[in-house]
Amino acid sequence: MAPTMDQTLQQLLILASQHFKVPLAELNPDDDFFKRLGINSLQALDLLTRLENQFNVELPDYELQGVTDFRTLAERIQSRL
Amino acid sequence: MLDSFQGATLSWRLSGAIVELALHHPPCNEIGSVTLGELEQFVECLQAQICSVRALVIHSLLPSGFSAGADLRELYRGLQPLTPEARARGVRGFLERIHRVFNFIDAAPFVTIAAVHGVAFGGGFELALTCDLMVADRTARFCFPELRLGLIPGFGGIPRLKRDLGNALIRDLLFTGRSFNANKASAAGLVSQLVGEGQALRAARGIAIQVTKFDQAAAQSVKQFIKSIPEQELKQEITIFCELFNRPVVEAALRKFVESTELQPYLP
Repeated sequence: MAPTMDQTLQQLLILASQHFKVPLAELNPDDDFFKRLGINSLQALDLLTRLENQFNVELPDYELQGVTDFRTLAERIQSRL
Repeated sequence: MLDSFQGATLSWRLSGAIVELALHHPPCNEIGSVTLGELEQFVECLQAQICSVRALVIHSLLPSGFSAGADLRELYRGLQPLTPEARARGVRGFLERIHRVFNFIDAAPFVTIAAVHGVAFGGGFELALTCDLMVADRTARFCFPELRLGLIPGFGGIPRLKRDLGNALIRDLLFTGRSFNANKASAAGLVSQLVGEGQALRAARGIAIQVTKFDQAAAQSVKQFIKSIPEQELKQEITIFCELFNRPVVEAALRKFVESTELQPYLP
């Protein structure tokens, strides 16, 4: 059974927190993940790869154009589950 | 000297019959004039001692990945003072030099293995495609982003990709310019071994040791038999690239990339 949107969002935040060593409590769904995680585009691609592996989905990076917050990113992942 | 070399952008080391070529040009092994010059030097050394070599492993020492491709910043800035005619000559000259290096690796009389982690984009992907085998760890990500710049891959990517992938997937990758991960690359048959994070070089070394156990003449015969070099298409690719290059849309796209202060230059 596919996870709910809230579960997907939570898994995303946990993954981002663990990989980029930012405390989970400091991550909010509507945060700009580039700024909050302190990452550049190469690191964002790394995050994308980890998310694809975690959720077993394929996320075309052009669908992420303009996506900068965790919640919208989770919606994109959810749409592929 | 083939035994070892420490350059500004890459280094190599011969250990027994296995050469390891390590890329280490921050931020992500962008291929510009210095890298090209050192690759040419590497090829020259290989040619001089070719009988000593049974396998080549190409890998990156940088955490950011294998290679993000051509050094677009150097390309843009280097071409600025030139007339359109001089730019065209300059680009063609660079491509022909790259092709000579890549064609040598592609046809080398020993087994070549790319150990890929992180980003392998554009020219970096093309370098990996020259190798007989590709090992990728789970962080690897591949892309041909050239259409985003109004160009096509120019380092031999399309003819080499056609050897290994179905045409439908190639059309998807080129037309969308999207990147894809190692799972997809493995499922498509592009990556022969998919390994855990940080394990690509170890696995590639294991392959190199394995292939050196077998008769060299037989291995060379197999390679010549099953891995044809698409010479005409490689030349055609250079011509098409040069025709596209001298257009205002390309200059505008390069300028946008070079001058961007956004965090997202590698995203479409």
